[in-house]
Amino acid sequence: MIKNTTISYGWLSISMHWLSALAVIGLFAVGFWMVDLNYYSEWYRTAPHYHKSIGILLALLTLFRLVWKLTQPTPRSLGKPLEKKSAKFAHGLIYLLMFSLFTSGYLISTADGRGIDVFNWFTVPGLGELFPEQEDLAGQIHEWIAYSLIGLAILHAFAALKHHVIDKDNTLKRMIKPIEEK
Amino acid sequence: MKKTLIAAGFAILLSPLANAADYVLDIKGAHAFVNFKIKHLGYSWLTGRFNDFDGKFSYDPSNPSASQITVNIETKSIDSNHAERDKHLRGKDFLNVSKFPNSSFVSTKIEDLGNDKLKVMGNFTLHGVTKPIVIDAVKIGEGDDPWGGYRAGFSGTTRIALADYGITYNLGPASTHVDLELHIEGIKQ
Repeated sequence: MIKNTTISYGWLSISMHWLSALAVIGLFAVGFWMVDLNYYSEWYRTAPHYHKSIGILLALLTLFRLVWKLTQPTPRSLGKPLEKKSAKFAHGLIYLLMFSLFTSGYLISTADGRGIDVFNWFTVPGLGELFPEQEDLAGQIHEWIAYSLIGLAILHAFAALKHHVIDKDNTLKRMIKPIEEK
Repeated sequence: MKKTLIAAGFAILLSPLANAADYVLDIKGAHAFVNFKIKHLGYSWLTGRFNDFDGKFSYDPSNPSASQITVNIETKSIDSNHAERDKHLRGKDFLNVSKFPNSSFVSTKIEDLGNDKLKVMGNFTLHGVTKPIVIDAVKIGEGDDPWGGYRAGFSGTTRIALADYGITYNLGPASTHVDLELHIEGIKQ
């Protein structure tokens, strides 16, 4: 079952969700660590290169994920009305923060017109300086949004666990494996 | 009363500043540059500059040692032709420009070495630290410009140790010092 139904996510949504989760956590950890690397560290050049490469790939995946989400049925959300509303809001916010991260990250590295090399497979061209002090402002925004996204992701994980452990509903289960309609 | 006036008159005449003209650095026309260079790994020179600064000097060709110069630099305008590097240089590892937005040089004493060469002693402030430095300067030329003004230009170089100014990020043993180069043209006021 590749596609979504009104009661469960399909394999494509599930894989993209967990791949994104892995990438977001990995990018955050690498980003947090690489900014303090010593100039003589062997990672000084490679860590930012991987961070940027994976970031761009995640941006592409997330674009596709959003298109897929908008063209697929959404599994009915479970819980109380307020929970449903806040879940919808939080999910939207996660997407918004991710796209803000992609944009701000792109703006740091391309402020002088240089492109971003993605694993030396291809280069995303730079647009140059779009506003003054671009790399510094974009850098600050990138950092704060990264912390916000991780905060929201933790909340997201706790909410899923709450559905699983306290409400004992299918919210988490259907994101692990598609639930067949009976 | 008369004597005092005469004395005051002599004092003005004898004052070395009496014939010194005041110049303002030609920032608008960008005929002034604050450049730096530092060794990269010991294998090459990395050069860059500060784009935003201003300054003024007084200069009297008949008495160069009475000259005076002040330059103020906006540290966030550092430009090494690489946005990511400039971001790093503006950050806490190096210039920390949000905390130390200004750098300056104010001369305290100028020695005329002859042949248009000058030894400019003064205080250089960077990263919140002020230390005396000596700039080896040379007058490049002076004279009328084609647009009705009068200009004088100088070059100066000095070398500072980053650690002296509390910048201790490890760039390697070959990169502990920075050469500063000042190429300035002043317009007579």
